[in-house]
Amino acid sequence: MASIQEKISALIPEANFTEAQVLEISVPDAQWHKLAKALYEDANAPFDYLTTIVGMDWGETLGCVYYLESTKTGDRLSVRVETADRQNPTLHSVADIWESANFYEREVYDFFGIIFINHPDMRRLFLRRDWVGHPLRKDYDASPEVNPVRLHHEEAYDTTVSYVEQADGKIVKTEPVIFAPDDYVINIGPQHPSTHGVLRLRCSLDGEFIKKIDPYCGYIHRGIEKMSESLTYPQTLHFTDRLDYLSAMQNRHALCMCIEDAMQVEVPTRAQYIRTINDELMRISSHLLFWGTFCNDLGSTTALIYGFREREMVLDILEETTGARMSFHYNKIGGVMQDIHPDYQRKIKEFCKIMPERLKEYHRFFTGNVIAQGRMHGISVISKERCIAHSMTGPSGRASGWACDVRKRIPYALYDKVEFDEVLRTEGDIYARYMVRMDEILQSIRIIEQLVDNIPEGPVSEKMKPIIKLPEGHWFRQVEASRGAFGVYIESRGDKYPYRLKFNSPGMMLVASLDEVCRGGKIADLIAGGGSLDYVIPDIDR
Amino acid sequence: MYDFSNITMWIHNLLMSFLPEWATLLIEFVLIGVAILALYCILALFLIYFERRVAGAFQCRLGPNRVGPFGIFQSIADMLKILIKELIYLKNIDHFLFNLAPFFVLVASMLTFACLPWGRGLQVINYDVGVFFMLAVSGLGIIGVLLAGWSSNSKYTVIGAMRAGAQMISYELSIGLSILTIVALSGSMSVTGIVDAQYDGWFLFKGHIPALIAFIIYLIAGSAEINRGPFDMAEAESELTAGYHTEYSGIHFGFYYLAEYLNLFIMGGIATTLFLGGWMPLHIPGWETFNTIMDYIPSIVWFLGKSIVVVWISMWFRWTFPRLRIDQLLKLEWKYLLPISLVNLAIMSVIVALGWHF
Repeated sequence: MASIQEKISALIPEANFTEAQVLEISVPDAQWHKLAKALYEDANAPFDYLTTIVGMDWGETLGCVYYLESTKTGDRLSVRVETADRQNPTLHSVADIWESANFYEREVYDFFGIIFINHPDMRRLFLRRDWVGHPLRKDYDASPEVNPVRLHHEEAYDTTVSYVEQADGKIVKTEPVIFAPDDYVINIGPQHPSTHGVLRLRCSLDGEFIKKIDPYCGYIHRGIEKMSESLTYPQTLHFTDRLDYLSAMQNRHALCMCIEDAMQVEVPTRAQYIRTINDELMRISSHLLFWGTFCNDLGSTTALIYGFREREMVLDILEETTGARMSFHYNKIGGVMQDIHPDYQRKIKEFCKIMPERLKEYHRFFTGNVIAQGRMHGISVISKERCIAHSMTGPSGRASGWACDVRKRIPYALYDKVEFDEVLRTEGDIYARYMVRMDEILQSIRIIEQLVDNIPEGPVSEKMKPIIKLPEGHWFRQVEASRGAFGVYIESRGDKYPYRLKFNSPGMMLVASLDEVCRGGKIADLIAGGGSLDYVIPDIDR
Repeated sequence: MYDFSNITMWIHNLLMSFLPEWATLLIEFVLIGVAILALYCILALFLIYFERRVAGAFQCRLGPNRVGPFGIFQSIADMLKILIKELIYLKNIDHFLFNLAPFFVLVASMLTFACLPWGRGLQVINYDVGVFFMLAVSGLGIIGVLLAGWSSNSKYTVIGAMRAGAQMISYELSIGLSILTIVALSGSMSVTGIVDAQYDGWFLFKGHIPALIAFIIYLIAGSAEINRGPFDMAEAESELTAGYHTEYSGIHFGFYYLAEYLNLFIMGGIATTLFLGGWMPLHIPGWETFNTIMDYIPSIVWFLGKSIVVVWISMWFRWTFPRLRIDQLLKLEWKYLLPISLVNLAIMSVIVALGWHF
């Protein structure tokens, strides 16, 4: 890392460095694009993976924290860029360097009003166009008179806004066209059987072929990050189960871990075992649901029921211990809520015996089917480089050959103590994404089998103070959720409320990449491709 | 087998004895119309129930089991619900065509339905070119589908209708050719003639391998023709929500639903007539006692039983296979089924010309 620091200070003398969780660089906005390009093109450790962009309102200044990672060396660093202009805040866009910055910057614009210069598409991402103000700013006026419930629908616009910097430094507002007037645009969603939630896609078609996809998010935006700022830490935990409800365990694990990190609490080993097993059970249940819904998208309705049949067994196990089937609320700061049910281990072992057999049945029933093969092979292909550019993590990234598993990259809980393989494929098509998930079920079973018999005796949670306060500072932690790297960013000012809490969802990047993945395919391929990416909308919209 | 024309002639003579000819015909037309409509509805209700139970069995669940014993009144409850639902019209639709479209589909399937032979003399339409007529009227249904897609003023329905159009026109070729194979074998285009020719053995067994190939092609193309999975591109609920009938509600939708199920039965009925001996009992040459016992089973039971077996096969692959994509569907037809059908027809002609069949 030291060499990177030297390189950067040679390039940009104004840069400040701090060592925290990762190396933190602070640069002025004018130098930021240059630095970003240098980091991206670094010969030894190209920082090609933009983990997330966290929009921030520090009170005096507005700005962003960029988390970067090099997929080659695994080095991580963060960059802090801020602007003191609170009236017309502008920063330079890095969407031309990292494709994923496109959506992240739109999100920041939506929540903080920071305009990104040279960003191709400066629309709001979640809120309506006629929304007044930017809700995550500390000076936001939340009174209902400002933003009454709108009784008319939001019109769809075919153009967008972009602020382009000319050669002489002048900033010109342009209106790029999204859909030309004679494009045949169909509206898929927000109420559509195959968008897996309230996602809306506007697609222009050429006959059956997809010419362009423009995703609209925010139909299930609940302002979770905004709400978290006025809730205590234990209260914020409850939102995590409602983000990606199919990764409820992992999401909550991430937030608990981030808070525990900040408080430097050691979680008891028994709790670590339980957390790891539950994470994997959750992953299995999510992949089973993926299998069912994906097959359903392809017209094989029977598979849906089969997938649910086995998922039911997982849910039964979790229900006995946690008392819930969907929003488990099981992890807590310092451990888990209560001890496992006496049948927990026995039932898990039974399940681990049955599941591989059932997977064989799935393959016999669906994977080997000639129609299914024809629908999956060589369709919606995305290369490893483009995956990284889009920050497409999780099984979708691994299907293109990107070893992006957080459990391997930054091991947490017990993942460095168990043996498992990171399932990788190179084709990057629907079939690869499908098979990665199928094989991950087996790997999850492998992990569980190593742990389930060895759960040590002891307490299941660390005793915590009734009021949990975090020291001043900021932390970012990632876990491998069912559909990719799920990150939590906490900025604390020493209160019992987080100053800023940001959830970095894997699903958003999957939807952002939809245009590239599915363009040129047919309508049916869009459904299959979208199904194979397996996004969950509440995760995106938050 | 019992000749049902005795009964129909008796009714005819009875009416003629005290009524003028035009009145007799009028009453007979009404009677036949009512009989067909009633049978049509009852069969549709049964098939909907049957499909739901079959689907339940395939999917490791029970299916409808609450309304009445074993849930047999479930479809009646559904029918009542659909009857009292509001008909919703969207803005800027073509009202005339929108209302007309379901009837095209319905009438086409009813006309085809009327051609099916239920027993000796138990058949509404019996032309010498009955098979030809059947093909012609079943092709009318596509007009209703295209009209529905066009008049609904919705992009989804247009895509659905275009797909349906491409699909039905393509698969009609294969159906025609596989039927032609049997016509070549039987030497008759009359439905009665075809069934009679199977007195000493069903065409599926008599026609060697070409008949078997024609049967399989007919099953595939028939499923495609009636827009059922794995060929339900026109509806493709995961892509187009409901395809060409997305914007229909209430009984208008009910008509499509009805026609879809009846078309399923008609597909089975035609397969039965052409390949499985129609209402003819299973006769094995030489086994006289066996044949006599078989003759005791009424022809209606034979016809219904065989048709339902074919329908069941169709349901089997509907609930097993994923859906094809539109280009794969057309490729299957034009690159595989059509050439195979043509060659098959040629082989069958040679077999018939040389008298190699049984």
